[in-house]
Amino acid sequence: MNNKKEKQKNIFQKILEILKTMASKPSGLIGLTILVFHVVLAITSPLYVPHDYKAIDPTLMLSPPSSEFWFGTDSLGRDVFTRTILGGRTALTVTFFGSLIALLWGGALGIFCGLVGGKTDDIVMRIIDAFLSIPWILAMLLIVSLLGTTTLVLIPALGFFYGKGIVRVARAATHDVIAKDFIVSARARGHSNFSIIWNEILPNVRDAIMVEGAMRWSWMLLGFSSLSFLGFGVSPPTPDWGLMISNARGLMSFAYWAVLAPIFGLSTLIIGINLTADAFAKALGIDRSTKAPV
Amino acid sequence: MFFLVIKRILLGFITLFIVSLITFVGVEILPGDACTTYLEREAYGAALEACYERLGLNVPAYERYISWAFGVLQGDFGYSLSGDMKINDVLGPRVKNSMVLASASILIGIPIALLLGIITALWRDKMPDIIISTIAIFSMTIPEFVSATLLILIVAIWLEWLPGIVIVPTGVSVYELLPNIILPVIAISMIMTAHMARMVRSSVIQVMASDYVQMAILKGVPYWKMVFKHVLPNALLPAINVVALTIAWLLGGVVVTEVVFNYPGLGRLVIESISNRDLPVVQALAIILASIYVSINLIADLMTLMLNPRLKSLQIKK
Repeated sequence: MNNKKEKQKNIFQKILEILKTMASKPSGLIGLTILVFHVVLAITSPLYVPHDYKAIDPTLMLSPPSSEFWFGTDSLGRDVFTRTILGGRTALTVTFFGSLIALLWGGALGIFCGLVGGKTDDIVMRIIDAFLSIPWILAMLLIVSLLGTTTLVLIPALGFFYGKGIVRVARAATHDVIAKDFIVSARARGHSNFSIIWNEILPNVRDAIMVEGAMRWSWMLLGFSSLSFLGFGVSPPTPDWGLMISNARGLMSFAYWAVLAPIFGLSTLIIGINLTADAFAKALGIDRSTKAPV
Repeated sequence: MFFLVIKRILLGFITLFIVSLITFVGVEILPGDACTTYLEREAYGAALEACYERLGLNVPAYERYISWAFGVLQGDFGYSLSGDMKINDVLGPRVKNSMVLASASILIGIPIALLLGIITALWRDKMPDIIISTIAIFSMTIPEFVSATLLILIVAIWLEWLPGIVIVPTGVSVYELLPNIILPVIAISMIMTAHMARMVRSSVIQVMASDYVQMAILKGVPYWKMVFKHVLPNALLPAINVVALTIAWLLGGVVVTEVVFNYPGLGRLVIESISNRDLPVVQALAIILASIYVSINLIADLMTLMLNPRLKSLQIKK
């Protein structure tokens, strides 16, 4: 019992240490600040939005920024400021749970393949290669157009398609540790396969998998907002940055504010997640910069 | 060496075979087929039967797969649903247009990426590196449609330098196409350059820290001679593969960029065929895009093999 408590305390200390290392560099600090800001905004924004996000008012169509409407109004007379601060909620939720799914199945399959090796590993890796060579956008569009664009479809679909790259990383990391002495001695001690995975392999590959997952989060956000932009993501009138940019794009020669506000929101969030993921990788001592984004 | 090349090519074909199976099975197990999705509410009775008959959907799935696969091997993708056109005729001009866009972006992007990557690596953590790397982070993280929209807003609407969207028919000649592709090329090569420059940078930095470069410095080899003779050849070789993977990864982004600029390429066809629920075209596109991905990687692998003497004697590279 006491041992368990100590272990928990240790994990907490470790997380705190990693956060400290991440914040010690300006890029990591900026990334973390932006990310925390966006998450807090996404959670609390419904409490203080100045207007109703779906209130249509034809008399206010495309009015420029004013003291009443800080970022102006869009082509239906809706307040752009309100829609912008609400616009990250769906994206953040979907991509957060999506990358969690990607991390779990990609990591599990990767460790499994690295562990068993042989024919099974060969076959699985060939299938993963094939999935990697289908552009994500084609596969996602096909799934979404046949199954619909609800979050219950989007989360597992994104999770599946962004997890296949993690399989490779997890497999490579498992390969690195599997021949080490402590695995051999654990086998000699008669530990079960499950115990070897849980106690010996997982602690050694966890960092690599988590870094991949963090990176996937920013790519998934990019993919998700691209889907919204193309009209295959969130359905209107839900405020979403990708959708807002796509709607306001046609009229941006008259009303640039309606397109710049969501662009600002989306870009800061993606840059924030990216900088955080980079700092996270560096804090764990993993260099991702020579790797291709797969 | 010879067997290695053959093996690599065979692996590419196996991957494509699995891709064809995945797309076929995927379309098969997802609810709805080509006819029900195309006819939507009229999908019952005689109309549905006629559609099944016309597309040959009334035979078992494995037979359809085999005849489809044989057609593809002979370069025949069958017929599209919406236009009743041969898919080959639909694809032809689109492939050409996309090739023009892609090769222009690659031709512009790679030299700039090499230059920026080397500059940032040699002046690591100094002013040029900090400035270029910061800009690179921005342009590689921001989604394609955002940077493309911003480009249109600034260059086409505010400055009025170039037309914002491409309004040319699909079958236009390359010469007429060229003035239209400036903005799309900038949008695509910006992201590509940023990704590649970053990889070249870390590759060069790694080599600069290696023992033989330290040795060369200690021997008193002049700085630039050392850079060009010892560092760059060793740093750029591993970068080839990564660059290939990046180009292939950006295929998805090219789709979005083409939509933003209304460019009549493969990317817009992806969106059009999915909106029209034209599943035969979607299948053809999946195979074509996957073969582009596979061949880019294959070329990169072969290039590394040819250029790297050490790998010639090696059995497995990975």
